[in-house]
Amino acid sequence: MAARKSSTEMFVRTVIARAYPRVIGQHRELSWVFFDIFLPLMATCAYVFVYKAIRAPEEYIGFVIMGGAMTAFWLNVLWSMSSQLYWEKETGNLGLYVMAPNSLMAILLGMALGGMIATCMRALVIVVLGSWWFGVTYAIGDFIQLFATFMLTMTALYGLGMLFASLFLMFGREAWHMSNLLQEPVYLASGFYFPIRSFNFWIAASASIIPLTLGLDAMRQLLFASGAKFGFLSVRVEIAVLVVLCVVFIGAAKYSLDYMERLAIREGRITDTRK
Amino acid sequence: MKRSELSFPLVPRFLRFPALSRSFTIASWLGWQIESNWADPFLFAVYSVAKPIASAMILVVMYNAITHGNTSSPIFPYIYLGNAFYIYVATVMTGVSWAVIDDREHYRTLKYIYIAPLRVPFYLLGRGVARFIIGSISVFITVAFGVLFLKVPLHLSDINWLMFFAALFLGVFALAMMGLVLAGVTLLIANHVWFVGEAVAGALYLFSGAIFPLDILPQFLRPIGFLMPLTYWLELIRRSLLGHTAAAFPTLAAFSNAQLFGILVGLATFFTLLAFVVFRYCDFLARERGMIDMTTNY
Repeated sequence: MAARKSSTEMFVRTVIARAYPRVIGQHRELSWVFFDIFLPLMATCAYVFVYKAIRAPEEYIGFVIMGGAMTAFWLNVLWSMSSQLYWEKETGNLGLYVMAPNSLMAILLGMALGGMIATCMRALVIVVLGSWWFGVTYAIGDFIQLFATFMLTMTALYGLGMLFASLFLMFGREAWHMSNLLQEPVYLASGFYFPIRSFNFWIAASASIIPLTLGLDAMRQLLFASGAKFGFLSVRVEIAVLVVLCVVFIGAAKYSLDYMERLAIREGRITDTRK
Repeated sequence: MKRSELSFPLVPRFLRFPALSRSFTIASWLGWQIESNWADPFLFAVYSVAKPIASAMILVVMYNAITHGNTSSPIFPYIYLGNAFYIYVATVMTGVSWAVIDDREHYRTLKYIYIAPLRVPFYLLGRGVARFIIGSISVFITVAFGVLFLKVPLHLSDINWLMFFAALFLGVFALAMMGLVLAGVTLLIANHVWFVGEAVAGALYLFSGAIFPLDILPQFLRPIGFLMPLTYWLELIRRSLLGHTAAAFPTLAAFSNAQLFGILVGLATFFTLLAFVVFRYCDFLARERGMIDMTTNY
């Protein structure tokens, strides 16, 4: 029992320790506010004006604002988590992480939480200012379902991020390009700027393996009066699938990180910073 | 020792063309090695195709969701081609500015580059060449995809090739200068954001008329678009490719091709001066603050 408590405490302390430099870094230099919040807000507005140019119904503007806000989380997962272990390897920290008596999952979680201030701020600013500028109105029917959807989406998404972190590390130098490659295709497949129902059923169903697809669809259904009209599946079904994705991705991430750690210790190649 | 190298110290520093061309060509070669050596050809092909096609398809799906697939409207080729050539904005600006972070924090060689007989601004411009080549492949694939599968009305015999290449050259030159401004700023910031160039390019989407005519913007935001070389560059590219169809939108309809070229040359010159002033100032500050070899492992 004592050992169990100690490992839990170690996990939490590791999360805090890895989150700390990110939080401090963001306080130390505030340039990210411009590059990470203001500029993406402008990019989201551009998609709103595309809909205005083709005279789309008003609901679509709300859909774009929500999608633009959720890009923050996807980018945080890709760049601050998935490709981060590779970056840590290149800067010489990964060997230290593997040697230290802590969990790699805790380190990755710390990275994600440390970057969460910027991520949440970016999402919040896009939602608040975007809704204000373009007069988006919300009609929230069920707060509990909305909260559950958001939390499940985030859990599954960050589980996927942890899985990617170990996979990308094994891809070596291709890690960054994999992250780059997964930006626009996922924006497309997950329907960040349009309802996923615009695709046929099988394409939408295949895209549902990305947690943001169903998460975003369910949130749009719960946030907008006409959201259900554009929904892919019912909110209850989408929540159920998200629960399954959480279990699968976190389990797979744990297995994959453990495997990578064993490989790193046994073969000593993964932590090698040869360029 | 070559004769040019012997006479080198006698030439005023700003006229030392061999140093400039050497900085540019070596950096171009280095950039290409870095960009092309990382992946197997299959992954490189997937990367070159999937990213630009997905980016274009986002707009196509948005457009189809509203218009039910009416691609005969003039706004469709306007959006599609604007988006396709906008790929250059992100690739060139990212290529030039990302080299700062890559060399400073990843390879940790920026300090050595500073003490080497190179001109750093030209070195950074050279590092952008590889991304420009990759961007060109992406633009070609995106345009070809549009013509083959989405009925984008592009006919090779109707294209004004001279105008197209002249506009392309001027536009990419202006973009490289904007990238240099960004590279200067990047010297002074930490590595919080992975691709500063892409973030800036994403924001300029709003003001360049790339995917919607500037008239759609509120009145007070339009002047920002008119100050951007991208606005005139994309208009010239569309006119060279589409001919009369491109003039269906009133934003720049009153300007002749020659006037648009004149404005583009003027803005490219302005951004060239701005780039060297800003870069020089940021470079001075970075040296003063000891940021040339900064690493920010946040």
